[in-house]
Amino acid sequence: MKLEILGPGCVRCQRLAENTKAAVAALGLEADVVKVEDIATIMSYGVMATPALVVDGQVRLSGRVASAAEIGQLLTA
Amino acid sequence: MSLPVLPAPSPGAAAEAAHAEEPGRRRARRLPARYRAVALGLAALAWVGLYVVIAPFSEWLAGDVFGLDARSHVGSAVRFFVFETPKVFLLLVAVVYVIGIIRTFFTPERTRALLAGRREAVGNVLAAMLGIVTPFCSCSAVPLFIGFVESGVPLGVTFSFLISAPMINEVAVVLLLGLVGPGVTALYVGTGLTIAIVSGWVIGRLRLERHVESWVYSVKVGAGAQPRELSMPERLRAGATAVREIVGKVWPYIVGGIAIGAWIHGYVPERALAGILGKGAWWAVPAAVLIGVPMYSNAAGIIPIVQALLGKGAALGSVLAFMMAVTALSLPEMVILRKVLRPRLLAAFAGIVALGIIAVGYLFNALL
Repeated sequence: MKLEILGPGCVRCQRLAENTKAAVAALGLEADVVKVEDIATIMSYGVMATPALVVDGQVRLSGRVASAAEIGQLLTA
Repeated sequence: MSLPVLPAPSPGAAAEAAHAEEPGRRRARRLPARYRAVALGLAALAWVGLYVVIAPFSEWLAGDVFGLDARSHVGSAVRFFVFETPKVFLLLVAVVYVIGIIRTFFTPERTRALLAGRREAVGNVLAAMLGIVTPFCSCSAVPLFIGFVESGVPLGVTFSFLISAPMINEVAVVLLLGLVGPGVTALYVGTGLTIAIVSGWVIGRLRLERHVESWVYSVKVGAGAQPRELSMPERLRAGATAVREIVGKVWPYIVGGIAIGAWIHGYVPERALAGILGKGAWWAVPAAVLIGVPMYSNAAGIIPIVQALLGKGAALGSVLAFMMAVTALSLPEMVILRKVLRPRLLAAFAGIVALGIIAVGYLFNALL
């Protein structure tokens, strides 16, 4: 599974990355968590509100920091 | 990049394990609708109760507990602080909660769809108003700008949005409402909207499209997420998250600001500032704008101070101009926007907004 955190490097993006890593660890998933700060890549996903979470190429969350529990539900759904 | 790696057991097992947990977790977290309504009602009642109690409580604390005379310097400063601090926080929690819920109905995607291909004038008015309710953070100003411009929102309309969104924010409105009063709040919101509409319209008329960095037009914008309809409990939770995030961030500035305001309130003599910050000083308005620009994101701390200055003879127009410069013109946002705007356009944006703010300042100094 490939997880991308989109955001220009603000505090909220940092927090989303931490929550995502926590969710991955809690579920025991094997996943790459990558932070994407390049604007062109962020735009290629059509995201206008950062931070955003992309799971295997699909935008699943944007514009808010989700809790680790919510991300966990989203990853197992 | 790397290929999707399957989890070590089987994906089915992981999903099953998650499902087995699901019902318990749901029951613990999601109350039935009628309990939720009762809980909200109780919270509202507690809020009203607290709000009513603040005035007698602060009287009792300052007068009976500290034994301070209301007419003394320290007495009037302490009274101001112990009354205004809880009042502002109660207002802040309520308003941020409600706005947090309202904002779940306005995503940037929906706002963009409403604005795309819109004619100027109508578009400027709509964009300025949507700027108030659409969630916006200056850290995502660049993706938002590109997303708007590339989907056919006119440049001037995009600017109307970018000017109103940070200027008319819930924290500034609550503090103005709680500390200064509804009249000045209405003036601030009304003139703020006007500046956003007119500045955006002027930028559109100036045909500055070629001063947008050319790479912006070559970026390929993807389809994006299909924003899912949220359920009511999710919207309520978004309101609670907004309270935690926003109040958690601004509270030290507010307490600090009210403390300084309280000191001014108690110790600076009446009318002391009429000479330097009064109507007579022609340079007060531009000076207020220049001082306001570097004070980014401190609207929370500045409004309590501004309120105290108003009480000591500062002119309303200069004060309004100062607050608008603090919220609408911020150095960090300029630096962020420089990535997509060439210097000419950036300067035009800052210059036009600054002129609008100065005009508002002089207008109200002359009228009131």
